[in-house]
Amino acid sequence: MFEPWFIVLTAFGYLALLFAIAYWGDLRAERNRSVINNPAIYALSMAVYATSWTFYGSVGRAASSGIDFLPIYLGPTLVFVCWWFVLAKIIRISKTNRITSIADFIASRYGKSATLGGLVAVIAVIGIAPYISLQLKAVSTSLSVLFTQTSSVPDGGSVTAETSVIALMVTVAMAVFAILFGTRHLDPNEHHEGVVAAIAFESVVKLVAFVAVGLFVTFGLYDGFGDLFARAAARGDLGHLFRLGGEGRYGQWITLTLLSMAAIVCLPRQFHMTVVENVDESHLSRAVWLFPLYLFVMNIFVLPIAIGGLLQFPDGQADADMFVLTLPMAHRQESIALLAFIGGLSAATGMIIISTIALSTMVCNDLVMPVLLRWRAIALDKRGDLTQLILAVRRGSSLLILLLGYVFFQYIGESYALVTIGLISFAAAAQFAPALIGGLYWKGGTARGALAGLSLGFAVWIYTLLLPSFVLSGWLPGSLLESGPFGISLLKPYQLFGLQGADPITHSLFWSMLFNIGGYFAVSLATRPGVAEIVQASRFVDAFREEAPTGRSADWVGGASIGDLRALLARFVGRVRAHRAFALHARGRGLLLDPDATADAELTLFAERLLAGSIGAASARVLVESISKGAEVGIDEVLQILDETSEVIVYSQQLEAKSRELQAATEELRAANDRLQELDRLKDEFLSTVSHELRTPLTSIRSFGEILYDQPDVAPEERRRFLGIIIAESERLTRLINQLLDLARLEAGQMDWAMEAVDSEAAIRDAVAATESLAAEAGIRVEIDVAPGLPPVYADRDRLVQVIVNLTANAAKFAGGPDARISVSARSDAESLLIGVADNGPGVPSDARETVFERFRQVASGRSGRPTGSGLGLAICRQIVEHFGGRIWIDPDYADGARFCVSLPRHRQDRGPDSAESLSAAQ
Amino acid sequence: MAAGRNRTTERLVGAVFVSALLLNPPILGLFGVEETLLGIPVLYLYVFAAWAAVILLIALGARRISRAARAGRAGPGGEAGGG
Repeated sequence: MFEPWFIVLTAFGYLALLFAIAYWGDLRAERNRSVINNPAIYALSMAVYATSWTFYGSVGRAASSGIDFLPIYLGPTLVFVCWWFVLAKIIRISKTNRITSIADFIASRYGKSATLGGLVAVIAVIGIAPYISLQLKAVSTSLSVLFTQTSSVPDGGSVTAETSVIALMVTVAMAVFAILFGTRHLDPNEHHEGVVAAIAFESVVKLVAFVAVGLFVTFGLYDGFGDLFARAAARGDLGHLFRLGGEGRYGQWITLTLLSMAAIVCLPRQFHMTVVENVDESHLSRAVWLFPLYLFVMNIFVLPIAIGGLLQFPDGQADADMFVLTLPMAHRQESIALLAFIGGLSAATGMIIISTIALSTMVCNDLVMPVLLRWRAIALDKRGDLTQLILAVRRGSSLLILLLGYVFFQYIGESYALVTIGLISFAAAAQFAPALIGGLYWKGGTARGALAGLSLGFAVWIYTLLLPSFVLSGWLPGSLLESGPFGISLLKPYQLFGLQGADPITHSLFWSMLFNIGGYFAVSLATRPGVAEIVQASRFVDAFREEAPTGRSADWVGGASIGDLRALLARFVGRVRAHRAFALHARGRGLLLDPDATADAELTLFAERLLAGSIGAASARVLVESISKGAEVGIDEVLQILDETSEVIVYSQQLEAKSRELQAATEELRAANDRLQELDRLKDEFLSTVSHELRTPLTSIRSFGEILYDQPDVAPEERRRFLGIIIAESERLTRLINQLLDLARLEAGQMDWAMEAVDSEAAIRDAVAATESLAAEAGIRVEIDVAPGLPPVYADRDRLVQVIVNLTANAAKFAGGPDARISVSARSDAESLLIGVADNGPGVPSDARETVFERFRQVASGRSGRPTGSGLGLAICRQIVEHFGGRIWIDPDYADGARFCVSLPRHRQDRGPDSAESLSAAQ
Repeated sequence: MAAGRNRTTERLVGAVFVSALLLNPPILGLFGVEETLLGIPVLYLYVFAAWAAVILLIALGARRISRAARAGRAGPGGEAGGG
């Protein structure tokens, strides 16, 4: 086996290589020849997900419970299935808003709330810092396993003085790395190309190392998968590794899947790699399957190595967590063991580096800077260049976080708390999920809602996971777990409110999510968001809808001069950068940069976004406000004013809508009123005409009756004539009343119709015969011109006859001259029967052709110069014809007199292809 | 174009459901028995086969989407409405 010094040298040689790669990556970036600008590197950088917990711990877990190690890697795959809804959206939002961390993202979504960002940062540090110590422990443990080279069957190895010194050196190296490459300068995009290049390299190393060990175990020690599994089956006591089921295992599987789904988005290091370090959105579409593929390959050999270890060390002489190292060592494969160690080291260092960078960015931008900026005593916002201050804060917090991790590792190294911190960390990160995911799709989520959900979830997490792990480590009395605090059994941390039958993680996830999601929704629904929140909410939720994200500035608090704004930016990103950025922006918009002019909304927003890239959205907002002229008015008041304004706008819009509705209703009423008045006028007219028409015959009846009564000696022939007039007038009265009744019934639709197929020719001849005698008396000739083979029509025969009688009687009144005549004709075409009744009278004036069909409209008779008849005949004709579905009109082209035309539809059964034949035959 | 995008969204939602079903109990539990196929436990074989299938699904879907996105810049069909 290798000497310890050689191993340590290799380890530090490897770290030196990392520095070199990062340096090279940064160098290439400065020369604009980026090495990380491709999807494969991007996917590899996401693989920082696989830590030493994966590298060593998966095998340990597989050795004890079989396939249960997998959900942690299946969950991310499931998230990547719906990447288009989640990841693509988060990345787009983060790019437009220059998001620097998950704390910044959540703070920014909820109105750039500094409190919220601070809370997220605190939760992240408490949840993740111990996880960093787990990585240090893995490094130290793996070293001590390698150092224990005397026996061919090494024991589990433990943290010794010398390994912990090496762990300290690794910590220091990581701190130097994080400071050198993570906080070299302030980049508004927060891109660290060198770091990403190094992490991608580490991902390759750990994959190669793990697969090498897997191949060695599967094909070197055994004869392939089949042989391995066959031997495991022969052992008899390993059957449980291949089963799924048993109490609580389904639940646990789903819990772990959900937990890892949340973790792949919400873990600060994953958010940093996937979202913040993304250089090109289009890389995502390749990385979404490359990254799951990476996890897939990584996990193929987990179970084989675990089974190999269990077969090789049947009595449990070796710690299953270290099988990856101990298996090659036991078979004197020093180089494979060394490669495995380097793989584990790369997994650990990758996680440490990115977590440190992500956490320090968060602590600086969302915890320290907002406090410093608001701290009036030091008047930070009045000072000069602040770039160095920010970098110093970041470096300090990097160092502090790593130191915290190391102290954890030193003092609680062997404790339970450290071993289980992996899942506990996941559960802490999962607390961000409701506010994050809710904020992506639900505009109603408010800052206070997110604050309530996060703090409740975090509190429950502390109570149900963190405190119990302290108990199990012996720092708190065991009675807390057994009988609950102060003996209240309902409050037992592992059986909160009496919930039993779930493993601690499932139990904690259920309660924390219940309180988290419940608090988020309940408080969001109960509170009203401010203007800044509303604006940010729609910016986030509609991220893809908003094609031009700049220019929307409803939440802009204005009044700063361009010069002030540029000076402010210069203090945070440097003079040269600030001037260049402003010049570019101005050129793009054709703007003149007069330092004394007031910056417009777009420029202010642009500056705020640039600032946000350096110090976070919440701090950037505070700073821009501080130089704005409106700053004497507090932000709360400005928001309130905006809030009220928007309320007033809503009200006035509602009023406008109301008045429009009213106007429309008035129009309708007016129209209805006009109609009513017209109807009233018609009714009066009708009544007066009717009474006039009734009075005329009545008057003559009465006067002739009086003559006969008063003068009994009237000559008999005179008396006979008078009586004849009385009878004729009475008949006319009766006819008038009958017609009135008819018309009333027709108009009311109460007429009884005997509709049938009517032989039209016979009907016409009957009607003409009925009026012929009357016409002959007046010396009028009646001509009938009916085409043979007329089709039947669907009508009431008596009414049809009535129409023709009315028309001929009417014609008889007007026909005149020495050659007085009436002609009745009938023709048919494919659709209808056409009847015409013509006379040789004076004709109907063109302006009366429509009105003659109205009631009591009379045209002066050709002979006497005064109207005769009731004036109802044509009106009745029209009613009847229209009821038959036909039409009646006066032929405007007929020159010799008047010609009334009636068209009636042919009888339905008669309409068909053969009717056309019969028609053509008839013609 | 809009119709195609909506179909993509529906397919994605379908893929999410199918993947979640395939990789979780109770479907997973059906294979959780001590049987072997070609000398390999069926549970182990099934999980990795289903996992591979899901990755293939993502790859195919992502290719479609990036092609569509190149044709016309768009967001997720579900929300892109106005796009």
